[in-house]
Amino acid sequence: MLLLTPPLAWFVVIYLASLATLLVTAFWTIDPFTTRIVQVWTTLNFERILEEPAYRAIISRTVVMAALVTLTDALLAFPFAYYMARVASRRVQTLLFAAVLLPLWASYLARVYAWILILNHNGVLNWSLTSIGLPAPDIGYTNTAMWVVFSYIWLPFMIIPVYAALERVPDSMLEAASDLGARRWRAIRDVVLPLSLPGVVAGSIFTFSLTLGDYITPILVGGAGSSFIGNVIYSNVGIANNIPFAAALAIIPVAIMAVYLLIAQRLGAFEAL
Amino acid sequence: MEGFWTRLLLRVWAALILFFLFTPIVLIFLYAFNTSNIQSWPIPGLTLKWFSSTWSDPDVTSALGLSLQAGLIATALALVLGSCAAFAIHRMTWFGKETVSLLFVLPLALPGIVTGISLQAFFSFGGIPLSTYTIVVGHTTFCIVVVYNNVLARLRRTQGSLIEAAMDLGANGFRVFRDITLPLISTSVVAGAMLAFALSFDEVIVTTFTAGAQNTLPLWIFGAIRLGQRLPEVNVVVSFVILITIIPVLIAARLTGGGATRVPVAATEPPTTTSTAPAP
Repeated sequence: MLLLTPPLAWFVVIYLASLATLLVTAFWTIDPFTTRIVQVWTTLNFERILEEPAYRAIISRTVVMAALVTLTDALLAFPFAYYMARVASRRVQTLLFAAVLLPLWASYLARVYAWILILNHNGVLNWSLTSIGLPAPDIGYTNTAMWVVFSYIWLPFMIIPVYAALERVPDSMLEAASDLGARRWRAIRDVVLPLSLPGVVAGSIFTFSLTLGDYITPILVGGAGSSFIGNVIYSNVGIANNIPFAAALAIIPVAIMAVYLLIAQRLGAFEAL
Repeated sequence: MEGFWTRLLLRVWAALILFFLFTPIVLIFLYAFNTSNIQSWPIPGLTLKWFSSTWSDPDVTSALGLSLQAGLIATALALVLGSCAAFAIHRMTWFGKETVSLLFVLPLALPGIVTGISLQAFFSFGGIPLSTYTIVVGHTTFCIVVVYNNVLARLRRTQGSLIEAAMDLGANGFRVFRDITLPLISTSVVAGAMLAFALSFDEVIVTTFTAGAQNTLPLWIFGAIRLGQRLPEVNVVVSFVILITIIPVLIAARLTGGGATRVPVAATEPPTTTSTAPAP
C-alpha cells in the first residue's frame, strides 16, 4: 500500500485533477471583450458546437475519416496478418513481427514528413507514375492525402491484434470444417473470419481513436478543407485563447470513444487482446 | 490447407505491405543526403553537408538538449513511480486493482490532445508557468504505464517459490529483494525505461500544450515542416530521431524477448499485456 501511494498520488493530484479541470472549464465561458474566463456554469459552449453547421461538418469529417482509415487498415492488415499467422514459417513470422513493430516505434512526425516528400507536386509518387506513362495523381495537401497518411501511420496497430487473433484460431477447427465438407473460402468465411473479428475490433480501437484525436497530420498533409476536431481545439487554445470552448470540444472525441468502446466490448474485443 | 495460388497471392500481398511500410522510412534517410535544398524527386546527388550545418544550428542543438533533459528526467520519474505501482499491484488482491490499472493507461488511451489541454488548463489555473518541469510532468504521466506494464508482466512470470526458498534459508526482506527479486526483474525495468525514453523523445502533442515558448526537438521539427523552412535540416534531424527512438526499442525487445514492444494495450482493457504502443 505504501508503494502504491506515490504513483497513485501523482495520478490523482495531477492527472485526474487536470481532467476534472477540463470538464469543469467546458461549462464556463470567456468574456468576448476581455477574453477573461467567466466562471459561471453554462452549457453555451456545447450549444454552439451542436448548432453551428461549420462545427458539425468538422465533427462529421473527423468521424468519417476515422471510420474510413479503420476500414482501409482492416482490409490491408487482414491478408498480411493471415500470411504471418498461418502461412509463414516460424522464422519469417518473427522477422515480419519485427518489421511491423519498427515503423510503429519510428518517429510519428518523421513518418508524416516522409509522406509530404512522397505526395507533393514534385514528389516521389507523381514522378514514379508519370515515368511509367500514367497520369500524375497530384494528391498532395488534400483529404485523400490525409487518408493515405493516416492509413499508413496506424497500420501496424491493426496488424498486430489481427495477427494475435488469427494465431489463436486452432487448426483443428479448420480441419473439422474441411471434414464437414467446407471448401477453403467457406472455411475462411465461416470459421476464420468470425474468430478473428475480436482482433479486428481491437485494432480498430487504435486506428479509430488515434485518427479521431489527431491534429498534426491534418495541419501537415491536409489542405484548406481538412480541419479536424483537434485542429479547432488547437486553434482555440492558441490563437483565440478560448480555453472553455476548446475544453468543450475536447469532450467530443472522448464521448465518441466511450460509445465506441462500449460497442467494442459487446463484440468481445477486450478478450482478444 | 492453403493452395499454391492462395499462398502466392498472400506472399505478394505481404511483400507489398512491407514495401508500403518501409519505403517512406528509407526515403527519409536518402533525403538527408540530398545535395539540393529543394525537396523534389529524384534527388540530384548525395552530400554530407547538411549534417554539419544542422549540428551547428543553435536552434536544433538547444531543442535537442531540452528533449534529452525532459526525456531523461521523465524516464527516471516514470521508472520509480511505475516500478512502485507494479510491485504494489502485484502483491494486492484488492478489487480496486483493475481500476488502478485503467487509470495508469488512461493518458495513452485518451487522445493526446485531451491530455495536453487538460494539463494546460490545470497549470494555468494553478498559476504554474509552463517550463521544462511542466513538460516533464506531462511526459512522466504517459510514461509511467510503459514501465508499469513491463515490470508487472515480469513479476507475474516470476516464480514465488524462489522468494519462499530464499526466506526459508533465512534471508530477510531486503536481502530477498536485492539477491532474488531485483536480478529477476532488472531487465524488464531497463526495457520499460528504454521504451519510456523513446516515447518521451518523440512526443509532440502533449508537449505542444505544456512547453510554453520552448522547443523540444519534435516541436522544432513540427514548426519547420509547417512553415516549410530549413527542410534540409529537417531531413537530417528526422533521420536522427528515427534512430534515437528505434535503438532503445530494439534494446528493450532484446531484453524482454520481444514481449515488451508488442502493441496491445487497448483503451480500457486492464493492461495485463506486456507493453504498450506509442500514442502520438
